[in-house]
Amino acid sequence: MSAALALVDGNSFYCSCERVFDPKLTTRPVIVLSNNDGCAVARTAEAKALGIGMGEPYFKIRDLCADHNVAVFSSNYTLYGDMSARLNAIYRQWAPEVEIYSIDESFLDLTTVPERNRLTYGRDLRATVRQWTGIPTCVGIGPTKTLAKLANHIAKKNNELGGVCDLTDPAERDRWLPKIDVGEVWGIGAASERKLLELGIETVADLRDIPARLARQRMTVVGEKTVLELRGIACMALEELPPQRKGCAVTRSFGQPVTTLDGMLEAISAYATRAGEKLRRHGLETSHLVVFMHTSPFNKRDPAHGGSKTVHLSESSADTLDLIEAVKRGARAIFKEGYAYAKAGIIMDDLIAAGSGPRPLFDARDREKSARLMGALDVINGKFGRGTLVPAATGIKKREWQTKFDRRSPRYTTCLDELPRALAGY
Amino acid sequence: MFIPLKFEAEISVPMFAHGLCAGFPSPADDFLDEAIDLNILLVRNRPATFLWRVDGNSMRDAGIFHGDLLVVDRSLTPIDGDVVVANVHGEQSLKRLRLDGKRPRLLFENSDMPLFELPEIAEIEIWGVVVCNIHWLRRQPGRVQ
Repeated sequence: MSAALALVDGNSFYCSCERVFDPKLTTRPVIVLSNNDGCAVARTAEAKALGIGMGEPYFKIRDLCADHNVAVFSSNYTLYGDMSARLNAIYRQWAPEVEIYSIDESFLDLTTVPERNRLTYGRDLRATVRQWTGIPTCVGIGPTKTLAKLANHIAKKNNELGGVCDLTDPAERDRWLPKIDVGEVWGIGAASERKLLELGIETVADLRDIPARLARQRMTVVGEKTVLELRGIACMALEELPPQRKGCAVTRSFGQPVTTLDGMLEAISAYATRAGEKLRRHGLETSHLVVFMHTSPFNKRDPAHGGSKTVHLSESSADTLDLIEAVKRGARAIFKEGYAYAKAGIIMDDLIAAGSGPRPLFDARDREKSARLMGALDVINGKFGRGTLVPAATGIKKREWQTKFDRRSPRYTTCLDELPRALAGY
Repeated sequence: MFIPLKFEAEISVPMFAHGLCAGFPSPADDFLDEAIDLNILLVRNRPATFLWRVDGNSMRDAGIFHGDLLVVDRSLTPIDGDVVVANVHGEQSLKRLRLDGKRPRLLFENSDMPLFELPEIAEIEIWGVVVCNIHWLRRQPGRVQ
């Protein structure tokens, strides 16, 4: 039995989630903005047709959106996350193995589905997801991940295929691959594409047919793998479990610029609190971290400043209070009066399993007490909602630095007070 | 249509009330059942089930009141007599679906209200079928009814 993988992804996923609960949106162009309503990160076909590009800053398209009645939303990650979980729950009923690749893309192992039934299987899966959740999807099937991804691209661009494309048959590959630009291949970025074009490699078929050795020379071992995968030789396995986290970052753009050291310390302490929660959930610790902050790169009028600082903890820890102490040291070293900071964050790039780090000779910490305190903190916040119990360092009153979500839709599926309303009147 | 294989069966095994012991066994062991789980009772198909809030009293005679909580399953095919969330003129509304005549009808169920008449060429789209209605009889603490 030959291997078959399917890449299933939601069409304009964030926008589709919004449309499920608001039928008025079905005929309107819809876009979803990134954090702090910065730029367009999801667009429906109608919005793309208006010329709204991926990642386009909102301030540049504000007028266009108003003129064309575009529905504009802030990111509602709570909703998208819940809808994503529903999609994956359905996928798991249809395939023995599922790899969640991103919030709206999953690889499914369809090896057990007989070859002649694969297209029908893909169509039925698509119809089921559409009926059960309201989310339209596309299904790309291939013997390797790279070909499944390419098949998905073909399914998206060719409406007559009905949202499903199967490239497991080499004859189908010979039909499609010469028609597609090499830049559409998974992992071929703009720089690689330029290099390949210089070599006269323009289509996916051209790339598939170059000697693997040449690919290795020009595009490292990753390029070689890509060429082999395009030939139907699997080099990337399905990963059901996400790889152990090596790094973790908490960064946010501020709702309003932060101009005072106190405000900055509060914000950065809140990020450290979140980082601590993440570390403890994964059983990890860190011995050092990077704090950074900068003013807005879009604001050309006001003076610009930015910087980052690596700070070391006295020993590796996942204790929120240790992390706060460290990030405050870092923030104090960078912060300068007279600047309006737009963004700050913490990056931890070298995490280790809790308890595996070296201990100092003179151990001043009561590790057991710290574990109990943090355990209690996590239990309370898990039960009553994140942010119920926070270290006072994160500030206890209004938080001007908190991320802006001016146009967020209701959390329709997870919040009792924001459920969709069924009109029972006239 | 393929019937999807269920790879993820949720199986709960009832536990015995006592571990092995040399003394007199608990007479209840043979009669032990699982506890009744409202999630399983009310939610047949989890990824397809959504909660909706009722806004208005047009379904009062069906026992559905303003502020009630509806369990809506999108995976069910609507049949005659179902209460449904339907998209009528861009509004998600709660109606009784009748499929007994020439064309589908959507009805209010409130004797104080005029009959709801669908326009001849109305486009209806059923969002989902209401499986059950949760109506609290006692005020919930901390919640505006």
